[in-house]
Amino acid sequence: MTSILIKDVSLSFGSVDVLKSLNLDIADGEFLVLLGPSGCGKSTLLNCIAGLLDVSAGQIFIKGKNVTWAEPKDRGIGMVFQSYALYPQMTVRGNLSFGLKNARMAKDEIERRVARAAEILQIEPLLDRKPAQLSGGQRQRVAIGRALVRDVDVFLFDEPLSNLDAKLRSELRVEIKRLHQRLGNTMVYVTHDQIEALTLADRIAIMKGGVIEQLDTPHEIYNRPVNRYVAGFIGSPGMNFLEGVIDGAGEPMFVADGASIPLSRYAFAAAAPRGVPATFGIRPEHVSANSGMDWPFSMKSRVDVVEPMGSDTLVWTKLGKQDVAVRMPSERAPRLGDEVTIGFDPMRASVFDSGSGQRL
Amino acid sequence: MANDAPGRPNSLFRNLNAKIASIPMIFTALVVFVGGTVWTVVYSFTNSRLLPRLQFVGLDQYERLWSTPRWLASIENLMIYGVLSLIFSLTIGFVLAALLDQKIRFESVFRTIILYPFALSFIVTGLVWQWLLNPDFGVQHLVRSAGWESFTFNPLYDQSIVIYGILIAALWQGTGLVMCLMLAGLRGIDEDIWKAARVDGIPMWKTYLFIVIPMMRPVFVTTLVIIASGIVRVYDLVVAQTSGGPGHASEVPAKYVYDYMFSAQNLGQGFAASTMMLVTVMIVVVPWAYLEFGGRNKRG
Amino acid sequence: MADVRTAVAGQADPVVVGAREPYGPRPRPVLSRRNIIVYGTLTIVALYYLMPLYVMIVTSLKGMPEIRFGNVFAPPVEITFEPWVKAWATACTGLNCDGLSRGFWNSVRITIPSVIISILIASVNGYALANWRFKGANIFFTILIVGAFIPYQVMIYPIVIILREMGVYGTLTGLVIVHTIFGMPINTLLFRNYFASVPEELFKAARVDGAGFWAIYFRIMLPMSLPIFVVSMIIQVTGIWNDFLFGVVYTRPETYPMTVQLNNIVNSVQGVKEYNVNMAATLLTGLVPLVIYFISGKLFVRGIAAGAVKG
Repeated sequence: MTSILIKDVSLSFGSVDVLKSLNLDIADGEFLVLLGPSGCGKSTLLNCIAGLLDVSAGQIFIKGKNVTWAEPKDRGIGMVFQSYALYPQMTVRGNLSFGLKNARMAKDEIERRVARAAEILQIEPLLDRKPAQLSGGQRQRVAIGRALVRDVDVFLFDEPLSNLDAKLRSELRVEIKRLHQRLGNTMVYVTHDQIEALTLADRIAIMKGGVIEQLDTPHEIYNRPVNRYVAGFIGSPGMNFLEGVIDGAGEPMFVADGASIPLSRYAFAAAAPRGVPATFGIRPEHVSANSGMDWPFSMKSRVDVVEPMGSDTLVWTKLGKQDVAVRMPSERAPRLGDEVTIGFDPMRASVFDSGSGQRL
Repeated sequence: MANDAPGRPNSLFRNLNAKIASIPMIFTALVVFVGGTVWTVVYSFTNSRLLPRLQFVGLDQYERLWSTPRWLASIENLMIYGVLSLIFSLTIGFVLAALLDQKIRFESVFRTIILYPFALSFIVTGLVWQWLLNPDFGVQHLVRSAGWESFTFNPLYDQSIVIYGILIAALWQGTGLVMCLMLAGLRGIDEDIWKAARVDGIPMWKTYLFIVIPMMRPVFVTTLVIIASGIVRVYDLVVAQTSGGPGHASEVPAKYVYDYMFSAQNLGQGFAASTMMLVTVMIVVVPWAYLEFGGRNKRG
Repeated sequence: MADVRTAVAGQADPVVVGAREPYGPRPRPVLSRRNIIVYGTLTIVALYYLMPLYVMIVTSLKGMPEIRFGNVFAPPVEITFEPWVKAWATACTGLNCDGLSRGFWNSVRITIPSVIISILIASVNGYALANWRFKGANIFFTILIVGAFIPYQVMIYPIVIILREMGVYGTLTGLVIVHTIFGMPINTLLFRNYFASVPEELFKAARVDGAGFWAIYFRIMLPMSLPIFVVSMIIQVTGIWNDFLFGVVYTRPETYPMTVQLNNIVNSVQGVKEYNVNMAATLLTGLVPLVIYFISGKLFVRGIAAGAVKG
């Protein structure tokens, strides 16, 4: 069943279009991540869902109810902010209960909900402290608690982990995932961090310039990006891109700098075009060096740069004049200047039209 | 000896240029501010009249001061004026700032209009309001000629309310400043706090009262100190608007000091009165400075 | 408007969208209660704040008979510039009858050197404090800032003595010194904070390149601190122009600044009160800071926010 339905939503400030006729259908209990660089409209979209921003056109439904004109408090949502936005003069308990008191809820019901939220988030010992006395991670837990006590169907997260250091971020990431598994609520989560997106999401919507470029599962987005932008945005270290032409009389070949990569195993979206300039993309982890295996494509090349990254090492080499990075286990890494044989399976590659950037 | 690195300059000459450049500041701080203040306090215990003389008379000047009706009237006026102008300028300033913060059109037009009196001198302010409150031509005349014959609003010629006439002028001149400081404070509040309160369904007035105003405590304290130290100094406005009259009904301490030093040629009284002003300001400023700067050091 | 859009959307997808379904932005009537309260209050307040300026202007353009029989808010029936001419050229203070022009030129002669000298000194002070931090500098600076809160009345008389010893009591030079002294706390603070926000690497790089105290100040710091000089100038020009207390204490009648002379003209007890001349004189005195205020706009606000300590 649909939890949130976004229909043709547009938003413009003056002459600037921040959201352009967006459509999005979020299922009940789904964890949807809105991912994109800053200024892509992801936070704006979240604020529109929350009712903190008015849309210029279109409609928003939550649980089948048209909430386009509804106040945030009447939409059945809870929201968690990047800066935590805790009320600094109130204790944790005060922060959790202020909204409920304001809705004139019965006292014992408030207490029950605060106790439950505190138990879920393990912040019981902190209930009588003020936000200033808490660490960043604890503050963000309280902020999540404030959404939790509202007992709503939909949670909205606006870059909730961006203010935390790397270690805390990964801890809280796991906790949010656990929370989702326990509660089963619909969650919409905005981030610019692709690791968060890939680890948390049921589906990811990659945004750019106010439109959704691709909406799919993390697996699909990683393996079958619909265009060059998505391919370059997802994955770290980034995908190798080679510029060339699709050619070949019989089976299609990608020709670049004298090398010909056979594309017979590549699944084209439509019939393979011929003679068009194309971009061949392959992830560093899908390229191997000196593996001794028989790859559909392989060639010899010299090592340019070696970048150790701990367990893995990134080895830079060249295909003609174009850079190719190979990700390999550190213990097998070649040394600078060594000659290596690189090879890969074009089945794992993505080929894009050089003009439109769309996947072929 | 081995530590005596060659060419290591004497510590006095290190940063010599910076020290030379700071001579005016050091002179001002030590000679004028510290020296001048100590000098005045010391001479407030003497019986200097036309010229300063070091003939100590203990607390005589202070005893005389506190038994002079004119000084007592000055203090009473300052209290009424001070408390009311604190209350009104903080309240009005905050409300105006909150109104301007509603993402309105023409914000800068409204702000420019409300702040412009602050650019004017107290003399100009006092003279304008002297004219506006003139009983024969100003507001009172206007209301009476509109049909309300018995209407009486004559603060500048009525001993019992003259200080309110000055208050009106002072608020007109100074509220814009308070508004600007408050507006800067409001703009410093995290946008997410407002969003969180809206999601929680807290009405706007409650958000201001229970969340935003408590968060703005430092802004309020700083503004309060600024207003308060201005209140103690009030002088030009009274001179221009009422010259302290009618009678001594609108006298203020700063005017008492000036009159005794330069007109009545009773320097000792002037010094004692100015020392009392100093004490008043220090009662306000020292705790604030301690909280603002001393506290920060401890935390840092 | 909203209805039309709803109809269009309804056609596009009649299953989901009903005829009266909310679509697009929330309808907000122009005359909502909120707008009436916000704009209504602000308009009334703005009118109240403008009223004295308006009354000054209309009064200064009326003849005395019209003032005696009309009310202060009525616009002038017959516009006359006579009061302005009289205020500028022939209004009397005591025995002098050459109008406010004398005070105006005195104020100009006081303001220009005071502003230049005080800003130069304050900027060098601020620079030394922010970038060179010699031992004891912060003590002097703290005294300076605390001193800004001491009522002027406490320091007036010792300064009289200092100026008398220097032989400049009662002269414009003496008043320039006084303005430089009392402008120092706020402006030093302003410059110190500004220079402290300049990346320290820039300063270090210049030192590594062999530049000294003055070379760094003139070649690097000055060129990049133009905005703060403007802010400081606004504070100083309006502050010095509007000063009354120092003018009346440290100058003689021939050298009185404009504010003092204005007060003497308006509050003189001799003769018939000429309200139109008084208002013209008041406006003339307020003109310089008003022009600066309206030209400088946001910089003025920045100045008072940064210099909130001034009090």
